Amino acid sequence: MAAPLEVNGAVRVAPEAGPARRPLRGLLGAHPSLWRLASLGLFFLVWEIAGRIPISFAFPTFLETARAFLRLTLDGSFVTAYASTLQPLVIGIGISAVLGVGLGVAMGLSRTAEWLAAPVFIVLQAAPMAALIPLITFVYGIGLLSKTLAVIMLALPVIVLNGYKAVRNVNPSLVDMCRSFQGSAWQRIVKIIIPDASPVIFAGLRLGLAAGFIGVILAELLITPTGIGDLITYHRSVADYPEMYAAVVSIIVVSTLTLAALEAFELRVLRPEKRRG
Amino acid sequence: MRNITAAAQAAIDHAAIDRSAPGEDIAVEVRGISKIYGDVEALRGIDLDFPRGRLTTLLGPSGCGKTTLLKIIAGLNEPSAGEIRVNGRPVTGPGPERAFVFQDFALMPWATVMRNVAFGLELRGMGKDERQAIARKYIAEVGLAGFEDKYPHELSGGMRQRVGLARAFAVNADVLLLDEPFSAVDEQNRRKFQEDLLRLVALENKTFIFVTHSIEEAVYVSDRIVILSRRPGRVAQIIEPEIDRTASPDAIRRDQSYLDTVEAIWQGLKRYVD
Repeated sequence: MAAPLEVNGAVRVAPEAGPARRPLRGLLGAHPSLWRLASLGLFFLVWEIAGRIPISFAFPTFLETARAFLRLTLDGSFVTAYASTLQPLVIGIGISAVLGVGLGVAMGLSRTAEWLAAPVFIVLQAAPMAALIPLITFVYGIGLLSKTLAVIMLALPVIVLNGYKAVRNVNPSLVDMCRSFQGSAWQRIVKIIIPDASPVIFAGLRLGLAAGFIGVILAELLITPTGIGDLITYHRSVADYPEMYAAVVSIIVVSTLTLAALEAFELRVLRPEKRRG
Repeated sequence: MRNITAAAQAAIDHAAIDRSAPGEDIAVEVRGISKIYGDVEALRGIDLDFPRGRLTTLLGPSGCGKTTLLKIIAGLNEPSAGEIRVNGRPVTGPGPERAFVFQDFALMPWATVMRNVAFGLELRGMGKDERQAIARKYIAEVGLAGFEDKYPHELSGGMRQRVGLARAFAVNADVLLLDEPFSAVDEQNRRKFQEDLLRLVALENKTFIFVTHSIEEAVYVSDRIVILSRRPGRVAQIIEPEIDRTASPDAIRRDQSYLDTVEAIWQGLKRYVD
């Protein structure tokens, strides 16, 4: 009686070994976002271990940082900090986006505008902007204006140059098509050139937004300690390292979420065919 | 097959007399067209008449300027010298009496089949319901009913070119200009498409000017074939294949007259091939 049971047991074990792994694969395959979560989880695990070794007394563990993050969220520190940080960022990105896309498209459409403006932005894009931030302080002081300028200086060149390249690389056959059906110059720009250029224009906006985050944090660290920059500086000066790291993590989270939102907006509004593809 | 090169030459010599001749209604006149790009002479002194309601093919070795001539007729390119007249009026740019079908389809990837087909009408400011009704009719006519809401990347090459054709039909132009429309379409689809094109030519009663580098395709679909010489492109020969098109497509492809015409054109073109 014992032998058949064992056989049955063995028979049962063999098929279980396969499916036991496969549901995990199947689950991850069906939900790609689970892979991203797994990757984040792995990163946090390495962080936790590195913090526990510890690699430096100023390097908190993941759990300490997460607790500090929660504390700063609950006591309203983040809310006040971001209220102050987002102001120059939103104004600066708004101006850069309108001005940058407008200028870039104009440069792509007109040789005169190209010769007039392209060299300036190519130089600006290559210049180490952080070095110019003390100059801004010197001229415009330590208020909102100089922080907004810092954002614009970092964000504008990449938005302009992407817009310009995007328009230059529009499919010439589509432009011919629009002309052959007697589209006006305005229809050509609005119905063909801008939609066809929009993926590259939006890549520029995403890069510009990322650069804008760099700009505002640089300004808060180098010009006036306010907002999230102040949160970082303050907690560093009093050696509250978990809080300092939590502030750094928060800015990464905010910028990642903003970029993802911009990407979702682009897919929804401008390129509906990409959603199905 | 009728070789009318000599007749055409005589017509040019006595242009005034010939054009007043009854029976030949000319939709597009090409007069002394030359085109020079920098130091490359693409076209030299082209004189041609395109009779109304017929399908005329421009055939020639690659680089002979046949697409350039078509784009000049379309008003997309400026000639260096000469004049184009459509329905008797000189061409200064694209016009509503002409519609172009592009070699690479030129479909807007962000727009559905419906919007692509209706695009010519959209540019004219026609209301949405009206233009969609017209577009729907031509989408069905080219055999794409049911695909109105698809995007171009969801279609095969042959289907994409049907969208391009429907878009050209939708604006109701008198003259359709087709620039190697089947060259980016695979062989099986091309044959099917050629048969459909013949059906549409009979149905739509428009003037077609068709550019191709395929001799078989030219003989199969054309009422009249204009053979251009190698660069600088000139009119080398004009041939009217006399093929009974009421026969089935397969019968035409085995027809002796069809095969003779293909052979005659090949003999004429051979000297331009390296």
